[in-house]
Amino acid sequence: ASRVMVASRNYADFANEATFEIKKCDLHRLEEGPSTTAVLTREEGLHYYKTMQTIRRMELKSDQLYKQKIIRGFCHLYDGQEACCVGLEVAIKPTDHVITAYRAHGFTYARGVPVRAILAELTGRKGGCAKGKGGSMHMYTKNFYGGNGIVGAQVPLGAGIALACKYFGKNEVCLTLYGDGAANQGQIFETFNMAALWKLPCIFICENNRYGMGTSVERAAASTDYYKRGDFIPGLRVDGMDVLCVREATKFATEYCRAGKGPILMELQTYRYHGHSMSDPGISYRTREEIQEVRSKSDPITLLKDRMINHNLASIEELKEIDVAVRKEIEEAAQFATTDPEPPLEELGHHIYFNEPPFEVRGPNQWIKYKSVN
Amino acid sequence: QVTVRDALNQALDEELERDERVFLLGEEVAQYDGAYKISRGLWKKFGDKRIIDTPISEMGFTGIAVGAAMAGLRPVCEFMTFNFSMQAIDQVINSAAKTCYMSAGSIAVPIVFRGPNGASAGVAAQHSQCFAAWYGHCPGLKVVSPWSSEDAKGLLKTSIRDDNPVVMLENELLYGVPFEMSEEAQSKDFLVPIGKAKVERQGTHVTLVSHSRPVGHCLEAAAVLAKEGVECEVINLRTIRPMDIETIEASVVKTNHLVTVEGGWPQFGVGAEICARIMEGPAFNYLDAPAVRVTGADVPMPYAKILEDNCIPQVKDIIFAVKKTLNI
Repeated sequence: ASRVMVASRNYADFANEATFEIKKCDLHRLEEGPSTTAVLTREEGLHYYKTMQTIRRMELKSDQLYKQKIIRGFCHLYDGQEACCVGLEVAIKPTDHVITAYRAHGFTYARGVPVRAILAELTGRKGGCAKGKGGSMHMYTKNFYGGNGIVGAQVPLGAGIALACKYFGKNEVCLTLYGDGAANQGQIFETFNMAALWKLPCIFICENNRYGMGTSVERAAASTDYYKRGDFIPGLRVDGMDVLCVREATKFATEYCRAGKGPILMELQTYRYHGHSMSDPGISYRTREEIQEVRSKSDPITLLKDRMINHNLASIEELKEIDVAVRKEIEEAAQFATTDPEPPLEELGHHIYFNEPPFEVRGPNQWIKYKSVN
Repeated sequence: QVTVRDALNQALDEELERDERVFLLGEEVAQYDGAYKISRGLWKKFGDKRIIDTPISEMGFTGIAVGAAMAGLRPVCEFMTFNFSMQAIDQVINSAAKTCYMSAGSIAVPIVFRGPNGASAGVAAQHSQCFAAWYGHCPGLKVVSPWSSEDAKGLLKTSIRDDNPVVMLENELLYGVPFEMSEEAQSKDFLVPIGKAKVERQGTHVTLVSHSRPVGHCLEAAAVLAKEGVECEVINLRTIRPMDIETIEASVVKTNHLVTVEGGWPQFGVGAEICARIMEGPAFNYLDAPAVRVTGADVPMPYAKILEDNCIPQVKDIIFAVKKTLNI
């Protein structure tokens, strides 16, 4: 991105960094928790801001495209939860691993997939990151294993990835995410048991956005202390609306795991502005007032912006310029996503197998055949 | 002479040694030497890292195995019997089988799911189901079903080396059965290709197609029928998906009669698929009689011996079906 000289301020006028008090995490089976102060450099702040804003606008653009029926099927939007995926990503290395469920667009972007490839996958075009084969719930990239549609199934997968990390001995960890709804799945408890037994470098992360589709946490869980539900696995409850809180907690958790102490659990308390998916208006089980209150008091992007302005890490104009640049990027990506052609029909049978000589795939009747290559 | 159990054990041993990324996990596979002793001696040789005892958590450990495969390992995931795989079937189908396709080829899942499948002896309804049709239904999986020791060893080695999810349906009653194994078959690089059926016995009057234990019954039936002048061609499918329909077609073109034999239930089964495909292909015009299926009885498996014996395809049932289709 090109640097534009801001007329009224010199870059020398800004502080290089600032220290912030952050909310103390509730602890389970831990003597000490993450730091209650966080240092934010100007550069970090601008990066976090731009990343969160990009995700926010990308999700809002997806909402628009869905209402225009250019995106089909399921679409689970992440706006409101940006501090989670960004806070997590900046605390880990590109060589670490991440797996999540279907509310995955933010993670896909944070792990390095360009907006245009995400939007084009949502619109089902050949330029999509899964060539139009996956859609909203099935986006992948290096060290990012999706995008998983079956609630809870990604959790054992994540522990398996952690097993591979331990097996290969390269000191990598796996962030394994699930929601408050998924937290009641049996396979998650099976996974907790094995991860603890075998000391897998797995960080279990519950993104608690208070509702599993239309069911509030109080109506779904006998215990809503999700950070304690790993029982013998130590846990932290983190303010998921504060990117610095998430970052510090993740640093703490990765250090714990890399030290070979076994798995750890983080509950990120967060909120989604949209309904569960685009077919859920999101107001039959919660009030508009509640949504508005979170927006006005706890919005993750606003929180960061205010901190940066108040501590002289950036100017309002500078952040506005970032907003303009982000909007432009999203518009261009949407242009691409709406004009790129659909995948050619010939590719219908491709990639059924990996590393396999070409073979024939049956179509809707015995005379229609597709070639499968990979 | 090598038993199927020893052949599988050899295959595991050789593949574990050949590739560091291969490991075995499942219930009792390590310190117990395997519920059916298939992994005997392996834990002692390879240790905790490569041979992993799991708690009784099929959905959990299957998901863990699939995740490990996605991250670059090559797991062999043992189900004590395939009946228990039903608890984990979502991980086999939605996580393993479909991922390569959904990711447009960027994530491979090189995993083998193996264990005993189908009827045993006196284990009753919940422990006797055949899953060939269920797994064979799904694109993205490969499904193999060995009969002989050569099949077992060669297919397991090929499956482990395959970069795709393979379901290997073994048979508990075959584990102790010895088979001749050639010098070649005993070598460390002996592989049996997936997707190719084997003609176990040449014949001219009728084609018998089968997989797993019933292949043996077909050969017994063929021996009895030969005395009456009926020469059966016996085909051992070896692979359920992708099915080698060409070998069956070539045989039917020659014999003009088809009898399929399987242990699983009749509806929507392996035999039903073979019949449908034969109808769609060139061999249909060479059939002199409708194709016939011999299957397990359409009931949950009972316990009492007389009942159980009459729920699985016996040699007499195969002979009867052959004579019916030949109208003799």
